[in-house]
Amino acid sequence: MATLTTRTTTSGLIALGLAGAVAFLALWTLLALSGVVQKQFLPTPLGVLQRFVELTQSPFVGHTLQQHLLSSLGRFGMGFGLAAVIGVSLGLAMGWFRWLDEIVTPFFDAVRFIAPIAWVPFAALWFGTGIGGPTLIIFAGAFPPALINAYRGAKFVDVRLLEAARMLGTPGWKIVTHVLLPASVPSIVAGLRISAGLGWQSLVGAELIVASSGIGYLMVKGQASISTATVMAGMVAIGLVGVLIDVILRRVEAGIHRRRGRGE
Amino acid sequence: MATARSTPGGASRGRRAVWVGAAAFAVALVLWYVLTTLTGVIGSARFPSPPEVFAAFRQLALDGYADGRLHQHVLHSSKLVLMGFAAAVTAGVPLGLAMGWSRRVEAFVNPIFLTIRPVPPLAWIPLAIVWLGLGDAAKVMVIWFAAFVPSVINAYTGVRSIEPYLLEASRMLGVRGWSFVREVLLPAALPHIFTGLRLSLQASWTTLVAAELVGAALGLGKVLNASAQDIFPAMILIGMVFVGIAGGVMTCTLALVEARAAPWRQG
Repeated sequence: MATLTTRTTTSGLIALGLAGAVAFLALWTLLALSGVVQKQFLPTPLGVLQRFVELTQSPFVGHTLQQHLLSSLGRFGMGFGLAAVIGVSLGLAMGWFRWLDEIVTPFFDAVRFIAPIAWVPFAALWFGTGIGGPTLIIFAGAFPPALINAYRGAKFVDVRLLEAARMLGTPGWKIVTHVLLPASVPSIVAGLRISAGLGWQSLVGAELIVASSGIGYLMVKGQASISTATVMAGMVAIGLVGVLIDVILRRVEAGIHRRRGRGE
Repeated sequence: MATARSTPGGASRGRRAVWVGAAAFAVALVLWYVLTTLTGVIGSARFPSPPEVFAAFRQLALDGYADGRLHQHVLHSSKLVLMGFAAAVTAGVPLGLAMGWSRRVEAFVNPIFLTIRPVPPLAWIPLAIVWLGLGDAAKVMVIWFAAFVPSVINAYTGVRSIEPYLLEASRMLGVRGWSFVREVLLPAALPHIFTGLRLSLQASWTTLVAAELVGAALGLGKVLNASAQDIFPAMILIGMVFVGIAGGVMTCTLALVEARAAPWRQG
């Protein structure tokens, strides 16, 4: 990798990074303060930070920022949990029972290209705008990676393990739970990380359209009252939580790899 | 069964899979017809019956719905996706290449890029509406952000994963400047770049549909939105089907382009 670039000292790189950050913030602040753009449409970075703190203390459209986030996380947990449980078990079962694979795969391929967000109208029609509707949309986003990775994990299990299990007379469903599941845990967890990312994204979309609380709803209301600072504070919150979810799942993934002696 | 397992997707299981799949589809269609039209177990306010869906399709294709006919909606959505996607890729890929090539560029750009990166594409929608309203410009802005991030990341990874011996060889042979970029850097990073383009395109499409659902004059998302407000399940289903078809066609087209542009990827 050293051949790739001209050598620069670490401190030099840090300085450049700081310069980049400062340039970005300075340009933004100048643009906001110069009056070229109305303040309502472009708050300063400090203004966004202030608004963020303000939102955590005084309620906006009924709740504080934390309460909105909690209600979002509740929906996310439901949708993601359902997608993980159904996706992983179906994926593993498809990896073992060929008939199931052959029946499900065409349907799965048929709906795969439908963007999760396109489920919004049916979600609202079937489950309303409380917790059910958004949950369906998160489910639609998080389900495919969970299923695909469990399926792949099951398909690439060491054949010797399977032959041994069969020789010992293990029934099919027990092979799924006792051989395929443990052997494909790394693949499953990798899939769940992708699921969580897509689920969180879909949640935001869902709340922009069909919800009456939550972080997406907060942003919609901020948008309606042309409070750019509120919208931006919402974006910051969404980004932070998204990163947090990813960090947690990375930890889990690393822990599993370590326990399995892969040392990653 | 053990032999079939060892060759996943092999030719031996192909024919049987097609038959089982076709049979499953047929059963599902019959079931759909029985549950809706024949017995009415599922009311048409919840899920449409086959004749209703066909009628909705005819209406959308021939008479128009939500201020346009099917081809107008599809064309409008595709046009916006292509515009935003093209603008994002022209900015994102060179930036990613530069960040992959030079640690200094990376260090300088990273603070900004790492701020944008975790924001989900859909979260740009309210900001785009505040800034640009409900018109096409707002859609293009949202698509730009959706497509920009994956194209940067993958172009960056593409450069970073070039084998050092390639770089050393080209350096030894005195390839530099523009010809280095064209002959070594781009071809070597191209597979990753295409991965990025595929992800970008998918993100663009999802984001556009969401943005159109929030508010638009024309487009498939508008069809979904209007049918949701009219409580017109058959049209909702048709809208979803065409969102899927258009997304699939775009992805396949890009795969064809990729096979043409980077044939060395397979092999």
